[in-house]
Amino acid sequence: MLLIPCPWCGPRDEAEFGYGGQAHVPYPEDPTALTDEEWARYLFFRNNPKGPHPERWCHAAGCRRWFNAVRNTATNEILAVYRVGEPRPVIV
Amino acid sequence: MAEHIARHSPLGGFAARFAAATRGSGGAVRLAELPYPAQINVRLDPKGPAADAVRLALGIALPVEPNTAVRGGGLAALWLGPDEWLVVGPAGTAGDLESRLRGAVGAYHAAVTDVSAQRSTLLVSGPRSRDLLSHGIALDLHPRSFGAGRCAQTMLARAQVILTARDERGPGFWVLVRSSFAGYLAQWLLDASSEYTAPGYAAQGCSASQ
Amino acid sequence: MTPQPFRLPDGGRISRGAPLAFRFDGVAYQGYRGDTLASALLAAGVHQTSTSVRLGRPRGIFTAGVEEPNAIVQIEAPFPEPMLPATTVELYDGLVAGGLPGQGRLATEPDPARYDARYAHCDVLVVGAGPAGLAAAAAAARTGARVILADDQPEPGGSLLGTAEIPDWAAETGSELDAASEARVLRRTMVFGYYDDNYLLAAERRTNHLGSQAPSRLSRERIWHIRARQVVLATGAHERSVAFAGNDRPGVMLAAAARTYVNRYAVAPGRRAVVFTTGDSAYCAALDLAAAGVDVAAVVDARPEPGGAAERAARAGIEVLAGHAVTGTSGEPRVASVAVRALCAAELTGPAREFAADLLLVSGGWNPVAHLFSQAGGQLRYDAGLGAFVPDGCRQAVRVAGAARGVFDLPGCLADGAEAGRRAAEDAGFTAARPLPPTSAAGSAERSAPSAHLWVVPGPDGFGTHFVDLQRDVTVADLARATGAGLRSVEHLKRYTTAGTAHDQGKTSGVLTSGVIAQLLGVEVAELGTTTFRPPYTPVSFAALAGRNRGVLHDPVRVTALHDWHLAHGARFENVGQWHRPWYYPRDGEDMAAAVARECRAAREGVAFMDASTLGKIDVQGPDAGDFLDRLYTNMISTLRVGMIRYGVMCRADGMVFDDGTVIRLAEDRFLLTTTTGNAAAVLDWMEEWLQTEWPDLRAHCTSVTEQWATVALVGPRSREVLAGLAPQLAVDACSFPFMAWRETAVAGIPARVCRISFSGELAYEINVLPWYATALWEALYEAGRPLGITPYGTETMHVLRAEKGYPIVGQDTDGTVTPQDLGMGWVVSKKKRDFIGKRSHLRADTGRADRKQLVALLPQDDVLLPEGAQLVAGDRLADPPVPMLGHITSSYRSVALGRTFALALVRSGRERVGERLYVPVGEELIPVTVTGPVLYDPEGARRDG
Repeated sequence: MLLIPCPWCGPRDEAEFGYGGQAHVPYPEDPTALTDEEWARYLFFRNNPKGPHPERWCHAAGCRRWFNAVRNTATNEILAVYRVGEPRPVIV
Repeated sequence: MAEHIARHSPLGGFAARFAAATRGSGGAVRLAELPYPAQINVRLDPKGPAADAVRLALGIALPVEPNTAVRGGGLAALWLGPDEWLVVGPAGTAGDLESRLRGAVGAYHAAVTDVSAQRSTLLVSGPRSRDLLSHGIALDLHPRSFGAGRCAQTMLARAQVILTARDERGPGFWVLVRSSFAGYLAQWLLDASSEYTAPGYAAQGCSASQ
Repeated sequence: MTPQPFRLPDGGRISRGAPLAFRFDGVAYQGYRGDTLASALLAAGVHQTSTSVRLGRPRGIFTAGVEEPNAIVQIEAPFPEPMLPATTVELYDGLVAGGLPGQGRLATEPDPARYDARYAHCDVLVVGAGPAGLAAAAAAARTGARVILADDQPEPGGSLLGTAEIPDWAAETGSELDAASEARVLRRTMVFGYYDDNYLLAAERRTNHLGSQAPSRLSRERIWHIRARQVVLATGAHERSVAFAGNDRPGVMLAAAARTYVNRYAVAPGRRAVVFTTGDSAYCAALDLAAAGVDVAAVVDARPEPGGAAERAARAGIEVLAGHAVTGTSGEPRVASVAVRALCAAELTGPAREFAADLLLVSGGWNPVAHLFSQAGGQLRYDAGLGAFVPDGCRQAVRVAGAARGVFDLPGCLADGAEAGRRAAEDAGFTAARPLPPTSAAGSAERSAPSAHLWVVPGPDGFGTHFVDLQRDVTVADLARATGAGLRSVEHLKRYTTAGTAHDQGKTSGVLTSGVIAQLLGVEVAELGTTTFRPPYTPVSFAALAGRNRGVLHDPVRVTALHDWHLAHGARFENVGQWHRPWYYPRDGEDMAAAVARECRAAREGVAFMDASTLGKIDVQGPDAGDFLDRLYTNMISTLRVGMIRYGVMCRADGMVFDDGTVIRLAEDRFLLTTTTGNAAAVLDWMEEWLQTEWPDLRAHCTSVTEQWATVALVGPRSREVLAGLAPQLAVDACSFPFMAWRETAVAGIPARVCRISFSGELAYEINVLPWYATALWEALYEAGRPLGITPYGTETMHVLRAEKGYPIVGQDTDGTVTPQDLGMGWVVSKKKRDFIGKRSHLRADTGRADRKQLVALLPQDDVLLPEGAQLVAGDRLADPPVPMLGHITSSYRSVALGRTFALALVRSGRERVGERLYVPVGEELIPVTVTGPVLYDPEGARRDG
């Protein structure tokens, strides 16, 4: 059971959170301007790294805020959390 | 309004069982429903003018520190999110409270929604109330972590709740739960409280005595 | 009642004043409070408890703790429980048990006991209440830190409980911790899992040991969910065996276990013992057994120069055979004699000696119990000096103290534990305010000799009875076969031979297995490593894991404000998500089909009503609310006038239907959405996600009001009459109150929002009131409608009515691969809007394919009721597999209005197939069906206005 530090509520059990996949995949400004392949890339393609990975999480059973977290997918360590709109922190 | 119409609170049918559990535990745990409190959901920008207007109208500020509650003038404002609060007032005042809030925010962008029936309110108190809730709440309820003035949205057993510590001396909590889950939660609390209504449980050398 | 011939006359931590009667394998015995089932059996002279799982060889009690591989028992009474090590079952009066040959039986009757869970938080969790753990807990607690000390035994002391002299401070430290306000001692509590972020699970046996005296209101077992800022693992060490011929015979026992039986339980595990050891610790056992009157025939020490301990034994008159090994045992079923030869450079030399003995104690070294540390993500390192794997680094906030990290002497353990406890508290932000506990315990000046590392004693006749894993019956010969087959990785060897995979998870055999494999492959043990340790450390019953989540509390049951009425009126319920919804209301003697037919007829011909409160409801406010909803729904919402209602569909970005419902415009800047019952939370989450992550500039807020409103659907050509009678202020004529409009009024004196919405094609209203008044409204409707035969109906009738009109249900007729166009609902997809979620996907080549599956209705021949989920094929004979499938049936009903059965289906190019004949394989038959458009009832919509 991960202990995920919600940027608002502080550390809470993983069970209170919903997972939102890779972070920083913005909805395209004008989807109609994209080719089918570009659109499919937005819809279906995500990174799957071993190591630090920026992800979206939602504190679903708490304050219901979406936020971003950099998680090491190999160790499950949460290296940083930051609110929507804040830049991705540099992980050394 | 509908004063002459018979109304039913979601946990009205549990009153006798709550009382029996309270008696059976010798007051170690107390369970009761607080029926029909006024509850208004407020969403606005805490840094904007609407927040000031609400503070002036209610006489209490909407708390900006996460997971805290502010009380005063018979009202309580519970932090639900960075732009969301639940303002709780006495039963029967929902219409008035909603009007005051709506009047206060005026043309500012805010959402004011009467949710008085959305959730049922349970009072869980008594010296063993922390123990009782710790069977189903993963949060640290130690007085150092969750004392007076704290509130939180979390899971109690398998239901989402708003939990807030009472200000009074002695352990006690309000548990607000979506009304459709209220019966489930009441049954769960009654079942969990059997631990504290067992005669002589402390003498068995079980961890319950700690 | 048999006597206890092997019970020592005095000593032990048992209550001789509390005799307990029990039965094992049908025989009555007696033991004492404080016994385990194993110690009580040994007191009676019973060594063999069962036979082995694969080879059927007799097996006896081998250890005195959780590591037991052999003595697995089934408890029959007072409550059935399979697969418990007899060494961990506290004896109680009336216990009935039997030995198991490796496999248990599940109970057939329900378990009446309670089980529960408890969450706990602490600054320092100490696992294990042996010397190191007690010292750690005391040191941490004295800083004021919140401390939990968990130990699987009924009393603190750990390995000291098995020694002759247990110091008073063990009990005193336990009492001190009990008394400390911020400390909690969990006895009989096994920490079995170590997860991310210092989250540990422990199983507490609360009333098992009380047998039938257990109070029914207390949980029998409890799962503790512990979140610790710092963890100290003081989990001790397990002794291990040596592989030699016949090392599995009853009467073969680990040396420290025998010592525990003598000292803790006052039981002599035999009359005449041989001790086979590779280190010093077994001499304590030899001396304690000798002191208790057991004849110790010899200590067979694999080391050529055993050191001070051997000298002490010799002084006590025990023969010590240095540089020797046990080469075999004989006796049926129990050990009767032990064969010994000299061992020189791994070769047997010299003449064989036989010792008559009924007990053979073995000590092949000690394995630190590193399971939890490993589960935590910790690395293990092979310590060649110890001949064991010891904890190395770990990313979690955990320390290991005492024997669990290879510190085996008492003063060392006390000091190590105290240091670990103090530093853990400091790392949690506490400082020692009081002097640390005294950690000086009498050290020994004795000259100790290093242990030998002996894994296998050669021959004499192959390695077929050189057991490595007793529970899985894995021998050195099995391992040699595996390495001979080319396996090299210890993980592969484990899977190939099953070594270490039994109930005991190889606690006594794991390192021995590694040692033997290393020897077979001619490599160092360190190179091989260990297999992975996974939770749980010891088996945990499913009942304990389920806790309170069973029976009526298995899953939350959500009910509406009208639930009691439905119950009182005989409704049958169906689960819709977590909701219990009335399914139909059978009258006396009616089956479901008859009840649904009657309910449908009332709705189509008269008046009927349904509890629709479970629909999700979301209040959306803000100046940009209309714009926001335009982006979410496929159709235009912002153009809706205040006072009116619009049906809408939401898609995911992939263009597939996600939800549908109605949108009510309450004010210029306020809307009320309904969602499907099962999707309410998902839709709200979806809306928040877009608002928060993509469109934070939109001035719109969403608030769930699902339970703020009870909703009653009043349906049928005569519904207007009923409503008019109860809402005198409401102009109900179709002109004043048109379709898809809403009005606020009082219904039966109750403030209500009445919506003209129909999910049946009939004239219909949805009446929304505060749920506190739902029963009053419902009963008023029932009363007012009685002269017209008003009929309550459930979800089944609702489904039939909507299907007759071809209205799909999201999640039943759709499955996440269906676009609005596939449903024939292109009309709900705006062509004007610049964008909405899903729009771009509707332009993809795939979503434009003509051969997509499309929603159609099917008319089966001969009035067959087709099973939902059935497939559709083209010909009247099945093609050879793979049979080309054309689609499947999503909904199927018997219709009173149509006078026949019908179905909805998703069919490849369905709309082009209208009029075609297809076939539905049902059992051995192919049922012919005719494809038609989805709207079968009142296609011109004439009934909507009554």
